[in-house]
Amino acid sequence: MKRLMNQPNRLARGGLINRRESLKFSFNGKTLGGYAGDTLASALLANGIKVVSRSFKYHRPRGIFTAGEEEPNALIEIGEGDQRIPTCRAPEIPLQQGLVANSQNCWPSVNLDAGRIIDFTHALWPAGFYNKTFKWPSWHTWENLVRHSTGLGRPLTEPDPDHYEQVNAHCDMLICGGGPAGLIAGLTAGRMGARVMLVDRGETFGGTLNWEQVVLDGVPGHDWARQVNEELSTLPNVTLLPRTTVAGNYDHNVTTLLQTGKDTSWRECLWTVRPKNILLATGAIEQGLIFPNNDRPGIMLAGAARHYANRYAVSAGKRVIIATTNDTAYQTAIDLARHKVQVTTIIDSRQNISEELTRRMADLGTEVLPNTRISDTHGTKGIRSIRAERMDGGELLSRQCDLLAVSGGWSPRLHLLAHARGSMKFDQTSQSFVPDRLPAGFFVAGSASGTDSLEETMREGAHAATEICDSLGIPLLDPYMPTVTISTTESKEVVHAPLDTSKQRQWIDLAHDVTLGDAELAVREGFVSVEHFKRYTTTGMSVDQGKTGNLNAFIALGALTGRETGEVGTTTFRPPYVPVTLGAIAGRNLGEFYAPRRYLPAHVLHQRLNARFQDYGWQRPDCYPRNGESPEDAIIREARGVRENVGVFDNSPIGKIEVRGPDAAEFLNRVYMNNVLTLKSRRARYGLMLNENGVIIDDGVFVRFADDHFLVHTTSGGVSRITAMMEEWLQCEWTGLRVLIDDVTTQWANFTVAGPKARELILALGTDMDISANAMPHMAAGHGKIGGLEARVARVSFSGELSFEISIPARNALNFMQAILDAGEAFGIMPYGVETLMALRLEKGFLHVGSDTDGSSTPDDVGWGHVARKKTTDYIGKRSLYREGNLDKDRKQFVGLEPLEPEQALRPGGHLLIGADRQAPATSDGWITSACYSPNLERHIALGMLRGGSKRSGEILTVCDEDERFNVRVVSPAFYDPDNIRLSK
Amino acid sequence: MMRIECPWCGVRDQTEFSCGGESHISRPENPANTSDARWADYLFYRNNIKGLHYERWVHTYGCRQWFNVARDTVTHEIFEVYAMGQQPGNKEVRQG
Repeated sequence: MKRLMNQPNRLARGGLINRRESLKFSFNGKTLGGYAGDTLASALLANGIKVVSRSFKYHRPRGIFTAGEEEPNALIEIGEGDQRIPTCRAPEIPLQQGLVANSQNCWPSVNLDAGRIIDFTHALWPAGFYNKTFKWPSWHTWENLVRHSTGLGRPLTEPDPDHYEQVNAHCDMLICGGGPAGLIAGLTAGRMGARVMLVDRGETFGGTLNWEQVVLDGVPGHDWARQVNEELSTLPNVTLLPRTTVAGNYDHNVTTLLQTGKDTSWRECLWTVRPKNILLATGAIEQGLIFPNNDRPGIMLAGAARHYANRYAVSAGKRVIIATTNDTAYQTAIDLARHKVQVTTIIDSRQNISEELTRRMADLGTEVLPNTRISDTHGTKGIRSIRAERMDGGELLSRQCDLLAVSGGWSPRLHLLAHARGSMKFDQTSQSFVPDRLPAGFFVAGSASGTDSLEETMREGAHAATEICDSLGIPLLDPYMPTVTISTTESKEVVHAPLDTSKQRQWIDLAHDVTLGDAELAVREGFVSVEHFKRYTTTGMSVDQGKTGNLNAFIALGALTGRETGEVGTTTFRPPYVPVTLGAIAGRNLGEFYAPRRYLPAHVLHQRLNARFQDYGWQRPDCYPRNGESPEDAIIREARGVRENVGVFDNSPIGKIEVRGPDAAEFLNRVYMNNVLTLKSRRARYGLMLNENGVIIDDGVFVRFADDHFLVHTTSGGVSRITAMMEEWLQCEWTGLRVLIDDVTTQWANFTVAGPKARELILALGTDMDISANAMPHMAAGHGKIGGLEARVARVSFSGELSFEISIPARNALNFMQAILDAGEAFGIMPYGVETLMALRLEKGFLHVGSDTDGSSTPDDVGWGHVARKKTTDYIGKRSLYREGNLDKDRKQFVGLEPLEPEQALRPGGHLLIGADRQAPATSDGWITSACYSPNLERHIALGMLRGGSKRSGEILTVCDEDERFNVRVVSPAFYDPDNIRLSK
Repeated sequence: MMRIECPWCGVRDQTEFSCGGESHISRPENPANTSDARWADYLFYRNNIKGLHYERWVHTYGCRQWFNVARDTVTHEIFEVYAMGQQPGNKEVRQG
């Protein structure tokens, strides 16, 4: 009994809670008690907590309004630290031992919130206020205020420690909703053998059967639901998904489900299901009522009031008034009376109330006031009284209460139908939108289709299941149908009271604080299309997406513009139906699992050499610091070692595409800007590839091994793209060419041996090829044996030194590189990394596609125009080089840059201003694209793109790099060995 | 998310494919003698069709083969999948 005293609103008997299992939880720091089977919302109500949150805009005190995912008010932060989750819907949070819950959007507390100043000055902040801040006097006047007052919950700052899973699944029939229609459909199709997935957001299947007082086959509804659930769980062809919400329906019927884990290693699971058929057994959402001050704590949907009483044995109040437009709310009076809670008064907007209900209310001692509407309410931290008026005479009544249960009718939950582009029509009787056109494979049963009675609901569910099985060719069985012996008041016929537009503060959207006054203003300012109206007032745009208010908004808009609700139509309901955690969308694709790491075949050896690795798409050494050396010093040492002696560079990721076939040369001649037909066997050539716009997309050396056999080298990052591009041209455009291509990048490891002693080193390794300067000059190629291994060799150089690029089968990479290092010891060999190579190529002024070029660079811009224009035959992008913009002499062109002060470091990104000592603002004539300290010239050098740059050699420019200003001279890009003497040795 | 029937691999998820845009775009026979306007038409101008659209797709994460798809851009219904170089069977191709 003491325990009950602690929960003043807990009813003595009934409910599906386990009274033997008490749970403790905290709300805003206060320890409270509840039972297993409670939700956070039911436990808060049991404890008599009225104010659970502050409203979004006006910071008005708010209480629990619903018993489901449609909740607009009770958005609560649960958990602590990195387990904290903001903006959870209290009716959906199962109560657990030690649960920590807190109100949000309030300071210092939910009961005393400074933000309520907005409410007292509400006339200053009407609908469209935000839009108007852009017009007068300026957005910056308002920005600070708006930024500080927006938002609901606090986002997490720590990484999410939880795991999320993702599952793909297929089925014959996805049943959305495990209420009476869904259960009977699942049972019918399950028994016939169809592959069924049955989804419900609750812990327990049954839907309304768990909280409406009905009897099926002689047992209470929830017992019948449990029996069906037990049978379904034995059927191997049926997948039951409790705690799961259907979030969205997409193209080709892809449907996403969000499942919450329970005693699982994961917190949530995102299912992607491809069902052959979908049955919407999603029920309906009760709508609120529009009247002045209809947002006070203690105002609750009538269905929610009996839901809490019947399922959780909680009465949200002791002195109850009901305001309704329809019969269903009378059931609340009947059910509360069974728990000895008196409903004193029913305020009904209808003139005529059925004799049966009038008699039953008389038996309960409940006063029924027909043709009456609420004209105001009182009570700040909880409703205390209402005023009502008769619509014929205007007679005013006043009544005390601590709970006002409202019902504005029921709106079928058809969001998924809208996702699937089905259509809805307005039904005058129920004053709601019901299904009209269903997409193929879509079925609707029960309240979701506007059906009133429980028997009819179950018939529809069974019928849909039978129809689906029939269409799948599954042999049919006689469907089982339970006998309904006790059911609820079922007629959903609705008659709304006319709106009293003389009073402004009547909420049409509780979650986003949109009032009838806002609606009027929007209409007055011309926002009469429902989509404009929604965006201007922001009705239906909060976390709850207007689930309990949209229908009222459409009805209000109709009333304000003299239109029928059907004529107003609805806004577009888009996925997801409920918020989906970003973690669930990411799933396991995080951190190390985000993308595979690619390792060089000789990775272990690089590790032994103390490589500093960077992710270039591959894990590549950018240098090899020795003895605590800085990376900068390592680069200088390596670069000098290459120029003085010999170095080895692991170039394995370089793109390698085999191109073979009788038309291989013709094909590549169309792909490359350069002439391919004139290339002899065992010779290599540097080439640029363009797209059809004439823009450089890749570069590299191609080698001809035989008339019909080429090896195309691409940049390491470009090989997949270039292979795909070649395939597209071969398959879609040049279908007659007899060519096969194959990306063999990972088949071959590649090591560049570069430096004056490179040839000696290879001879020391041992080779059967003649690699003398005469037999294998610069840009020659061959294949033979090196160090006993099958090898392909090309004399190409990105460093500017005598250089051999050696490809060997990838499996031999580690041993081969070790052999190079061993043999090279005598020559002072220096392994060098990507950063060192970049410094070497920059000294040479060699182009690096993607660094020095961008999405507009053409061959003319980088000094290859003469080759591009000399070639007479067509190639990809050639025609575009002759478009007006590409013939402009003032295009940005590739140049070298050196600082006037040799100590001055340069960085890519600095802008080039005309003339010395310029200050911004000034026109940018170009920018620095690459820069480094040159280890061999011992000064800073850079490359850049400069307007008309090819003719501006010697000119002094100002570099504008953030706060730095300094002067540079335009020079030739070739800083080191401009006559290429070293690489031709 | 659509399901597409690759002519070589069968029905697969859209994530395995890439769309190459409108199909039946003919590259000018002799680009050098093509006017800027005609070249721009080939490069940039595409029909933005609401309804039946002929487009080419490639099974990127499968057989890497290109093929044509006749798809409704509103409902995403796929009417036909046919080989490169072929004409669709169900309706006449609209030439851009």
